[in-house]
Amino acid sequence: MKITTIDRRWIFLFILIGVGLPLMLPLGFKLEVTPNVQTVYNLIESTPENKVVLLSFDYDPASKPELHPMAFGIIKHAIDRKQKVACLALWPMGSQMVDDVYQNLKKEMPDIEYGRNFINLGYKAGGIVTIQAMGKNLKNVFPSDANGTPITNYSILNSIHTLKDFAWICSFSAGTPGLKEWIMVAKDKYNIPVTGGTTAVSTPGFLPYLNDQNQLTGLLGGLKNAAEYEFLIQRKGTATAGMDAQSVAHIIIIAFIVLGNVAFFVSKKRKKD
Amino acid sequence: MNHILPLIITFLAGLLMIVSEFIPHKPFERIVSELEIWFMIISGFAIILGQLSLIKMNVLKIQYKSENWKYCVVTLISFFIMLIAGLLWGTQNQGGIIGSGESLIQSIGSKPFDYIFDNIYQHLMASMFSLLAFFIASAAYRAFIARTLESSLLLISAIFVMLGNTSIGTSLTSFLPENLNFLHLPTISAFIMDYPNLAGQRAIMIGAGLGIIGSSLRIILGIERSWLGGKK
Amino acid sequence: MIQFWTMLGLWLGALSTLAIWSFLYKDNPFYKIAEQIFVGVSAAYWLIYTIYNILIPNLFSKILTDPLANWIYFIPGILGIMMLLRIIPKFEKLSFYPLSLLIGTTAGISLLRFLKSDVLSQTTATMLNPFSSGNLAVIIGQFIIIIGTITGLVYFYFSKKHKGFIGYNARLGIIFLMISFGASFGYTVMARISLLIGRLQFLLGDCLNLIK
Repeated sequence: MKITTIDRRWIFLFILIGVGLPLMLPLGFKLEVTPNVQTVYNLIESTPENKVVLLSFDYDPASKPELHPMAFGIIKHAIDRKQKVACLALWPMGSQMVDDVYQNLKKEMPDIEYGRNFINLGYKAGGIVTIQAMGKNLKNVFPSDANGTPITNYSILNSIHTLKDFAWICSFSAGTPGLKEWIMVAKDKYNIPVTGGTTAVSTPGFLPYLNDQNQLTGLLGGLKNAAEYEFLIQRKGTATAGMDAQSVAHIIIIAFIVLGNVAFFVSKKRKKD
Repeated sequence: MNHILPLIITFLAGLLMIVSEFIPHKPFERIVSELEIWFMIISGFAIILGQLSLIKMNVLKIQYKSENWKYCVVTLISFFIMLIAGLLWGTQNQGGIIGSGESLIQSIGSKPFDYIFDNIYQHLMASMFSLLAFFIASAAYRAFIARTLESSLLLISAIFVMLGNTSIGTSLTSFLPENLNFLHLPTISAFIMDYPNLAGQRAIMIGAGLGIIGSSLRIILGIERSWLGGKK
Repeated sequence: MIQFWTMLGLWLGALSTLAIWSFLYKDNPFYKIAEQIFVGVSAAYWLIYTIYNILIPNLFSKILTDPLANWIYFIPGILGIMMLLRIIPKFEKLSFYPLSLLIGTTAGISLLRFLKSDVLSQTTATMLNPFSSGNLAVIIGQFIIIIGTITGLVYFYFSKKHKGFIGYNARLGIIFLMISFGASFGYTVMARISLLIGRLQFLLGDCLNLIK
C-alpha cells in the first residue's frame, strides 16, 4: 500500500483506537485554566446569594458530549453559591437535556429542589423574537413550566417579571437560535450579563464578543474548556475523562496531515524528475 | 398584483419592530408585544407544516415506488409509533390523552416516548454526528496540503491551535522557563485565537452584519420577493 | 422487569450506534434503516414538543379557558391554520399572509440587532488604543486586530477591482482570514473528536464497563 493511497478505512481504524485506548487507560495529562473560563467562574462566584439566574439549553443530543458537562458544572456551581436556577430551551430537545441534567444532579446534590431553587420552563419556538418577548413579559411567554403547572405556583420566579430581573444569563449553544441571539437581545438591548458555552465549532466566531463592551462575559468553548471548569469546581466529570483521548486524537490527525503533505511533495518531486 | 397585501403586511410588521425600538411606549409597545406572541404561535404551526411535508413526501415516494421507497415505509412507521406514544401517554413532563402512564413507568422505567428518545433516538443522533470525526481525519489527510502561502498559513495556524488545545500541548512545552513563556504552545495558540483569528472573525462578522442589514431592508421594502415565489 | 427494559435499552443504544457506524465500512441496508428511523422519530419528537410546549399553553388553553377574554388569540390560530394550508397546492397562496408576518417581524428585528451587535459594537471594539497595555505582545496583538479587521473588510469589498493599493490590502486581509480559518479548523477537529469521545464513553463505559 503506497503512502499516497491509504484506504480511508485504515485512517478510521487509527482514529477509533487512538480515541478508545486513552479512555480505558488514562494518561493523566495536566490542565491549565484559561482566562475566558476563569471569567465565567468569577461571574458566578461574584453573584450574591438568592439571585435568580437563567440558563438556556439551545442544543440537542448531538452536542451533548461537549455541552452537557458545562451545564452540569455551571448549575452545580450556581446552586452551591445559593443561587436559584431557571432553565428554558429554544431548541425542542433542549427541554429533555434540562431534565437529564436535573435527574443526574439530584443524585449528587440533595440541596437541589424543583420549584424552590430549580425550574424547567420548557421549550418555546421563535428564537430571537421570543427572547425579545421575554424581555418585556416573561410570564406571557412562559405561562406554565415544562410540566404544564402555572409558574405562579412556584416561589422561585416570584421576583421575576422580565429578563432584566435575572442576575445573569447563560446559553449552552450548538447553533441558531443560541448564544448569539441572547447577546443581541439580553446584553445589547437589556444590558444583562450574558455568558455561554458553545461547541468548539462555533467558538472562534464568538471571540469578537469578548471585548471592552463585555458583550460576552467569558466563554466556555468545547470539551477542553468544559474540563477546565470541572477542574475549577473540583468535579471529575466526563469532560476531564475525555481530555487524554482528545490529545491523542489531535496528535494522530496532525500526523496524518504531515503524512499527506510528505506524500504530496514526494510525488510532486517524482513527477518533476 | 395578488401579492400586494402580503408585501404590505411585511412592510408594516418590519416597520413596527423598528419604530418600537425608538418609541417603546403605547401603542407600539403593546402591539409589538402581541406580535411577538403571535410570531411564536405561528412558528409552532410552521414546525407542524414541516412534519406534514415530510409525511407527504414519503407517502408520494411509496405511492410512485421511487428509488429506495421501502425505506420511506420505515420512516413513516417510526414517525407514527413515536407520535402515538407521545399523544397517548405524553412525555416526561406532560400527560397524554389516556393518562400519565404510571403503570408503564413502573414496568419499563419511563414513558414509551421517553424510552424511545433515551435509548434509540439520542444514540442515533450522537452516532450520526460522531461519523464526522472519522471523516475530518480522512479529509485532513487527503485535502490539507500546503500548496500556496495561504494554505500553508492555514495549516500552521491549525496545527498550533490543535496542539495548544490539548493537555499534550501543555505538557510538551511545560519545561520552558518564565522568560520563554511566549513559546509555550497554549500561549501561542491563545495569541493566534485572541488576535489574528479575532481580526478575521470580526471582519467576517461586520461584513455579514452589513449584508443582513441590506437584505432585511430589501425584504421590508418589498424589493426582495423570493419568499413569494419570485418576482410577479 | 425494569432491569430487563434497562438492559434492552443499552442494547438498542449500542445497536443503533453500530448500525450508523457500519457506514464507515460501506453503505448498507442497516445504516439506511437506522437513518430513516432517526428521521421519523425526530419529526415526531418536534411535533409532540411543539404541541405540548407551544400550542397548548400559549394558544389552546387560553382560547378554551376564556374565549371571550382571549378572543385576540383566534387571529394567530387562524393564521397558523392558513400556514398549514401550504401543503395543499390549491390553497398555497393563503400561507403567504402568515409567512409575510413572520418574515417582516424577523427582518425588522434582524436589522436592528445585527446593526447594534455585529456592526456598531464590533466597529467600536476595533477602535482600540493599541498602546494601552505595557506588554509588547499585547501591543503587537492590538495592532494586528486593527489592521486585520480593516484589511479583512477591504477583501470583502467586491465593488472595486482588487488592484493597486486596494489589491495589497485585500491580499493582507486574505492572510488574516486564512489564519482565522486555520484556527476554526483546529477547533472543528476538537468538536468532532469530542462527539466520538462521547460515543466511545457510552460503548466502552456504559455497555462494556471498560472505563473506570
